Amino acid sequence: MKMINLTINNVKVSVEQNTSILKAAKKFSMNIPTLCYYEDLNIKSDCRICVVEVEGKKGLVSACSTPVSEGMVINTNSPRVLNARKTIVELILSNHDTNCTTCVKNMRCELQNLAKNLGINENRFPSVFEKCEIDESNPSIIRNPNLCIKCGRCVDVCNNVQGTSVLSILGRGHETRVTAVFDEALSDDFCTFCGQCASVCPVGAIREKDDTDLVWKALTDPTKHVIVQVAPAVRVSLGEEVGQKIGTIVTGKMVSAMKILGFDQVFDTDFTADLTIIEEGNELIHRVTNGGVLPMMTSCCPGWINYAETRYPDILDHISSCKSPQQMFGALAKSYYPKKAGLDPKDVFVVSVMPCTAKKYEAQREEMRVDENSPDIDVVLTTRELGKMIKQMGIDFENLDEKPFDSPFGITTGAAAIFGATGGVMEAAIRTVYEVVNKKPLESLDFKELRGLKGIKEAEINLGGTNVKVAVAHTLSKAKILCDQVRAGTSPYAFIEIMTCPGGCIGGGGQPYGTNNKVRQDRIDSTYRLDASMKLRKSHENPEVIALYEDFLKEPLGKLSHHLLHTHYHDRNHKAKN
Amino acid sequence: MIEMKLISKRFGKINPLSIDEYIKFDGYKNLKKALSMEKTEIIEEVQKAYLRGRGGAGFPAAIKMMGLAKEANKDKYIICNADEGEPGNFKDRYLMENDPHQIIEGMIIVAYATGGTKGFIYVRGEYQKSMSLLKWSIDEAKKKGFLGQKIMGSKFNFDIEVRSGAGSYVCGEEFALIESIEGNPGRTRVKPPFPTQVGLYGKPTLINNVETFSTIPTIIEMGGVNFAKIGTPSSTGTKLISLSGNVKNKGVFEIPFGVPIKDVIYKLGGGIEKDRKIKMVQLGGACGPIIPEYMLDMIIDFERFEEFESKTGAGAIIVIDERFDIFTILLKVVRFFQHESCGKCTPCREGHIQLGNLIEKFIERKATMQDIASLESLARVIHQASLCGLGQTSPTAIISSLKYFRDDYIDRVEHPERG
Repeated sequence: MKMINLTINNVKVSVEQNTSILKAAKKFSMNIPTLCYYEDLNIKSDCRICVVEVEGKKGLVSACSTPVSEGMVINTNSPRVLNARKTIVELILSNHDTNCTTCVKNMRCELQNLAKNLGINENRFPSVFEKCEIDESNPSIIRNPNLCIKCGRCVDVCNNVQGTSVLSILGRGHETRVTAVFDEALSDDFCTFCGQCASVCPVGAIREKDDTDLVWKALTDPTKHVIVQVAPAVRVSLGEEVGQKIGTIVTGKMVSAMKILGFDQVFDTDFTADLTIIEEGNELIHRVTNGGVLPMMTSCCPGWINYAETRYPDILDHISSCKSPQQMFGALAKSYYPKKAGLDPKDVFVVSVMPCTAKKYEAQREEMRVDENSPDIDVVLTTRELGKMIKQMGIDFENLDEKPFDSPFGITTGAAAIFGATGGVMEAAIRTVYEVVNKKPLESLDFKELRGLKGIKEAEINLGGTNVKVAVAHTLSKAKILCDQVRAGTSPYAFIEIMTCPGGCIGGGGQPYGTNNKVRQDRIDSTYRLDASMKLRKSHENPEVIALYEDFLKEPLGKLSHHLLHTHYHDRNHKAKN
Repeated sequence: MIEMKLISKRFGKINPLSIDEYIKFDGYKNLKKALSMEKTEIIEEVQKAYLRGRGGAGFPAAIKMMGLAKEANKDKYIICNADEGEPGNFKDRYLMENDPHQIIEGMIIVAYATGGTKGFIYVRGEYQKSMSLLKWSIDEAKKKGFLGQKIMGSKFNFDIEVRSGAGSYVCGEEFALIESIEGNPGRTRVKPPFPTQVGLYGKPTLINNVETFSTIPTIIEMGGVNFAKIGTPSSTGTKLISLSGNVKNKGVFEIPFGVPIKDVIYKLGGGIEKDRKIKMVQLGGACGPIIPEYMLDMIIDFERFEEFESKTGAGAIIVIDERFDIFTILLKVVRFFQHESCGKCTPCREGHIQLGNLIEKFIERKATMQDIASLESLARVIHQASLCGLGQTSPTAIISSLKYFRDDYIDRVEHPERG
């Protein structure tokens, strides 16, 4: 790689060709402030916060988008630069709802932080802010245009990472606004509710619908038996919300914290992840041996289901009929559990903690009801909302004892633990399907080719003497590639795993802020560490799952399983048809 | 006579609808000549001519041509920027409506020299007449074999399509224009890469102004060296001037570079209506500087105009007489840009409304000395930190007024009672 010599703030440095000024400065401990720039996204140079002075150039150039060149002389902190940055922040603040203390992002807002670091003590420009309507029309995501600073990150992630093109920038000049297509509210006609927009928003303009109050209310209602399930990806990310290092595994402390919050029972969604593998694995074997529709596609990701129902309604019969682990848990929590615990199902209040905003939508689907009058899952919280409750309660997380999950949904396997990472469901399924079909143990449980952040991953396994191909995709733009093959009838795979969010659930839209590929990788590494450390690593060896079949469900794909654990999908491509 | 008609020589002399009349009046003979030349030779002539872009920025045309020529791609686009949206400019419309084939001929020559495979003329949405004339002329040129396959018996194929925007000013900015042709909202892109590297549909693209393309046949005809003898060392050839405002004869005039502004106003424009005094003159258009009468001796020249740090080269001269108040003019300019900013970058999107509000304080005589400082600081930040040419040039009127009309500002601050 060719090296480029340049001078930054009087320091002579040498960096690789094509490095941006921003990254070059960072290498030498000079952090140039940014706002629209986000690691791993395309968005660049729109906010103009990162402008620097380059000798010989009349105007200021944006450090994030300008590559270094030989002999460049850069000043990142001249009075002209500092004044420009301050002015730009003042301008943003002059058209922003500055009621910071009541904002969801208070104390963790990138704009607030920038204003603090630049020393903005007063604003030279009077406010021109005009209040707009807040979009609270869907169960997952709230858009508050009053806080939007038009940085374009959400639009970039929606268009380029997800390829869903729901959010766009409309209008021009001072009237510029970020909005959903056709200036409509965010609805299930278009939006998959993946929440990646909320995850990258530097301010509080897009966030998950906050349901913590509903949970507090239930927890203080003496007539309610409140149980909670926690998704696999939450234990490797919650720590970030409560001051722990990225990727810290906090399972035991998390359970303790939830007991202190007042939940009657703390269960593990990993249990129903294992159950999913039994049902889905058997469904796959059934499809393969009976000439069913192939490739089969996974169904645990609600964002993906929303995407398929709106964009690919013609391939819905490829999707496994298994409910997601969250909803399998919900169905059991309102049937098997109350029976076993001697409770009236009406008194059982079920909370989920998920890394996901689409799960809030999923829980409200009409198909997800054992009792048609009430949803199986009463409230879904994101990882961030659980973090909020822990802070509201004043829990000293660091010094908590570690506690195990409660029975009967507490014993889990490594196969379930890896559901949180892209490729995890596929790997877990292979561990079971291989052994069930081939009737011999796998030599190695680790399918390294299915792990990691590569967009589309493939593997081949031998099932009953034939080699079958499987594929894994994460992000909807990558899912689209596999879906187009399925639609065209050219898909070479027998089984496909699709996760909406980059990196899988560990990168979900409800996960702690600041998620980028490095953070994703750290959480993924912890996920596989967790798997490796577990005594049981195959779903079909989970003794509580075995007991559930013996006690209650009787057999995979049986009558009761179909009633409780399976679902169906709808063509929701209305808008496109009209 | 200070006029010199090179590219306007056919204005009023031929029927613009008639390709035969164009051919009779030297039309397409320079294309024929160019097709007999080496491609590099054509670029060399343009280089010797030192032709600078006529859209305003004055970028050397030969460098763009070399940039496109060296790109190896099976698709390379040539775009003629006819989105003449700068207030006070109407010379491109004159070129399109009086001599459309000259533009087409210029584009074909540039395409031949650079390996361009497809041309687009992006016409301002309001210019319906120009658009139909160009479409008609392209069809005529195709029938005669100047466009299409094997042009004039050569191996060279090239075609041109007319496109239009929906009336947004910023679509005259090259990347916003490209986005608009692609069907997207007119918002600029980050540079680098430049259009000649990654332009329309991701392909190498050369964009020139209407007048720049119109000048190409003349350079082929007279040769670069002879062309460069016209004008001044930094600004060769002739320039179309759009003269408007409170002058007696408004219109488009072609002059060699180097003519004093005053001569254009008095000798070509016939002076000021009712012989009033000039209060100010805005150069280049709404994005250009506002200068006082005492500066009118300055010559029209790219280098001379550099002191304004703006794109004054489009050639508009807007004359404003003593009846008008500078702050009213400035407010109109700022509100125009507030409306036309694409909204992509912060300084431009949020800055203009604040500039306008500050100017209003001077109109209402409620401004303070601090407001002068704030206005100056904000105008400079927008000028220096904006992403594209719009925000980089829109504050020029304010910055220049603070320099040349500072007394007017101070008067408003010191004498609130005079309102």
